[in-house]
Amino acid sequence: MSNDELTTRVINVLVQAQRLDPARVTAESTFEELGIDSLDGINIIFALENEFSIDIPDESLPQLRSVSDIAAGIRQLLDSRNSA
Amino acid sequence: MTRRVAVTGLGIVCALGRNVAEVRESLFAGRPAIQPITRVGPALLKCTMAAEARDFDPNEHFDPKQQLLLDRFAQLAIAAATEAIRDAGLEFRQGLGARTAIITGTSSAGQTTVDEAAMELYRNNAPRLNPLTIPRTMSNAPASHISMQYGITGPSWAVSTACSSANHAIGQAFWMVRHGLADCAITGGSEAPFNLGFLKAWDAMRVVAPDTCRPFSKDRKGLILGEGAGILILEPLEAAQARGARIHGEIAGFGMSSDAHHITMPSADGAAAAMRAALTDAGLPPEAVGYINAHGTGTPANDPTESRAIQDVFGPHADQLPVSSTKSLHGHALGAAGALEAIATVLALRDGVLPPTANYLGPDPECDLNLVTGESRRHQAAAALSNSFAFGGLNAVVAFKAPGAA
Repeated sequence: MSNDELTTRVINVLVQAQRLDPARVTAESTFEELGIDSLDGINIIFALENEFSIDIPDESLPQLRSVSDIAAGIRQLLDSRNSA
Repeated sequence: MTRRVAVTGLGIVCALGRNVAEVRESLFAGRPAIQPITRVGPALLKCTMAAEARDFDPNEHFDPKQQLLLDRFAQLAIAAATEAIRDAGLEFRQGLGARTAIITGTSSAGQTTVDEAAMELYRNNAPRLNPLTIPRTMSNAPASHISMQYGITGPSWAVSTACSSANHAIGQAFWMVRHGLADCAITGGSEAPFNLGFLKAWDAMRVVAPDTCRPFSKDRKGLILGEGAGILILEPLEAAQARGARIHGEIAGFGMSSDAHHITMPSADGAAAAMRAALTDAGLPPEAVGYINAHGTGTPANDPTESRAIQDVFGPHADQLPVSSTKSLHGHALGAAGALEAIATVLALRDGVLPPTANYLGPDPECDLNLVTGESRRHQAAAALSNSFAFGGLNAVVAFKAPGAA
């Protein structure tokens, strides 16, 4: 999966999980701009875990503040799973 | 400090309609809203009739993101609260919010969310559950969302006493306003019982009727579950009059008792004790009561027991005392029942019309009451009781007065 494909899937998950207007969400969007609070954050993590069949560790939550943070984190998790 | 307590706002959503105007019309027309169930597939159910709030559309009240966080029992409560607060014409952010209490009742809270989570976990083998499951299921969700939406910072909590939940909530709210612990209260109850797991559990109790709800009638076969929410706004009468509020009626007293008898079989002594306690609290002699909105579930056990309790409390006056059970119209809404029936009682006293017991087939000698059946009855009562008796033997009775009654 290319980085662009991954980012698109992340955006789709965000839009669906938070019932966002798709036009508002880009690869550069931050949680702050999208009005996403900490409870929204765990709801998004839940949706991402289902989408990518991964487990996102609790410690990573504070670091996830934007679409690009999420895409990078998921890339890392997928790569470490593939190399395992 | 003791103050008279006025009802200045009403809000309701149930099978009879989406607001007070729609519900009032169906109540007074005696038009039951008991129909084949739609929210759950009937194939796995023994009892398939229900009183669903079919016309309630969450999209009219909440945007899609808000709906993620709200089980249906909370959606119904917030919708009813919104109507009640608008009806009362109150603004809470200018100081009243800190002196306002919110007390809401529910029997099984976010049961549908629990049922969905169980299906995900046990049937679909989901590795994880939706993180909004806990905030959706908690009993205090309605009180919390109403508090946040309107900036109400006074005491708020939820009451859960099965079918008496709403009456226990209303009673606590009434006492808080009467005794000066709050200058306003938002109170009532909500319930959304239509999910497969909960309905199977009710099927197993063998108390749900296969056809319809016929309280106090011969050949009655049981209760019909209903969903909905009712919310009342309470204020000190003097303050309400001073600001020119519309007074729908007054709450005059509240009484509670516990049967200490059986977990599901009711006791006439317990029911009678709660009615007497409400009359004493209201300072009303039995003869002053001109209407009872009965608990009247339509089960073989409740109705004769409640009849004996009414005869015991009211003696010869029971012969002239009109009684009806509006559960025959809006179903048994469990933790919301007392709230729906409180509103039916307030409207009956305000408008001088007693809503009927529908679906009545004829007298049962064990339920020898002055029943209003079939059609509503024009009758200006000065005071009324609304009875709620719960599984577990917990009884709660609210006494109301018509607006302007001494």
